[in-house]
Amino acid sequence: MIVAAVNSKELWYLTRGSGLMALVLLTASVVLGVSQIGRLSAPSMPRFVVAGLHRNVSLLAVVFLGIHIATAVADPFAPISAVDSVVPFVGSYRPVWLGLGAVATDLLLALVLTSLLRYRIGYRTWRALHWAAYACWPVAVWHGLGTGSDSRVGWVQAIYVACSAAVLVSLGWRLTTRWSASDVAQRTLAALGAALVTVGLTAWALQGPLRPGWAKRAGTPTNLLGGSTSPASTTTTPSRG
Amino acid sequence: MTWRKNQKLIVDPIACQAHGLCAELLPEMISLDDWGYPIVAPGVVPPQLSAHARRAVAACPTLALHLVPVSDGAHTPPINSGQKRIR
Repeated sequence: MIVAAVNSKELWYLTRGSGLMALVLLTASVVLGVSQIGRLSAPSMPRFVVAGLHRNVSLLAVVFLGIHIATAVADPFAPISAVDSVVPFVGSYRPVWLGLGAVATDLLLALVLTSLLRYRIGYRTWRALHWAAYACWPVAVWHGLGTGSDSRVGWVQAIYVACSAAVLVSLGWRLTTRWSASDVAQRTLAALGAALVTVGLTAWALQGPLRPGWAKRAGTPTNLLGGSTSPASTTTTPSRG
Repeated sequence: MTWRKNQKLIVDPIACQAHGLCAELLPEMISLDDWGYPIVAPGVVPPQLSAHARRAVAACPTLALHLVPVSDGAHTPPINSGQKRIR
């Protein structure tokens, strides 16, 4: 149908583009969520606007994630099955890094479903489950850098840096406002965790996907490697897109 | 849409954390006290405000705002009696 009508290269580009869009939207969602819980508001941005944006941006992220997954599965280039998108670490194409994407997907779906059913679940349970957002975002970034065919492209790296900066700044703001003696330990732990994840991810990225030859080390099936068939290569035939 | 008549708004004073979204969304019926906690106008939610009231209930970050049928007693959740005491 539509899939058959679209040239496979376009599907592959759509996968990568929608993945990046999902990352940007997830970042916006995290920042808005943190602002909401930190009670940020301005005359031009009342609380209900922040809350509504958080909700709608998150739902939009799910839409883009849907496109990301659907196009990745439909695309004949990489052998990715629908199962791989929700069950982590079972696929044949870059299994570890794709698996992280599946983990992030599962977390995001859990976050959205529990939020939609918040009234049934109850506030305390929902709030506890919503902490998973702080795991979902870094896992999604990890997946993006690890699987990403574009991790070595300058403007893509700029997006990663900007998104990370946005999340770190909002997290820093959240951890330093409304300070009360009772949660010093908790906040210190959270700050340490965030610092550890940041340093770890950066160090790993510098060693791994940002160096040449990552496609091979990432676990790409050998028959897909090398030559002009590689999706990472920039040699493209002018196409309809 | 089902037409529900005679509902009123109640605040669960334990759950409320003074986020104040309800007062932003339904200023006709909800004002904030000096500490940011809502003061809800007593009585039935007028029909022209019921959609706004539902939106305010849905927006409460701590699920502390409720729309309940004005009762003959039978359907009122226990939370209501607590609310009366607080006021």
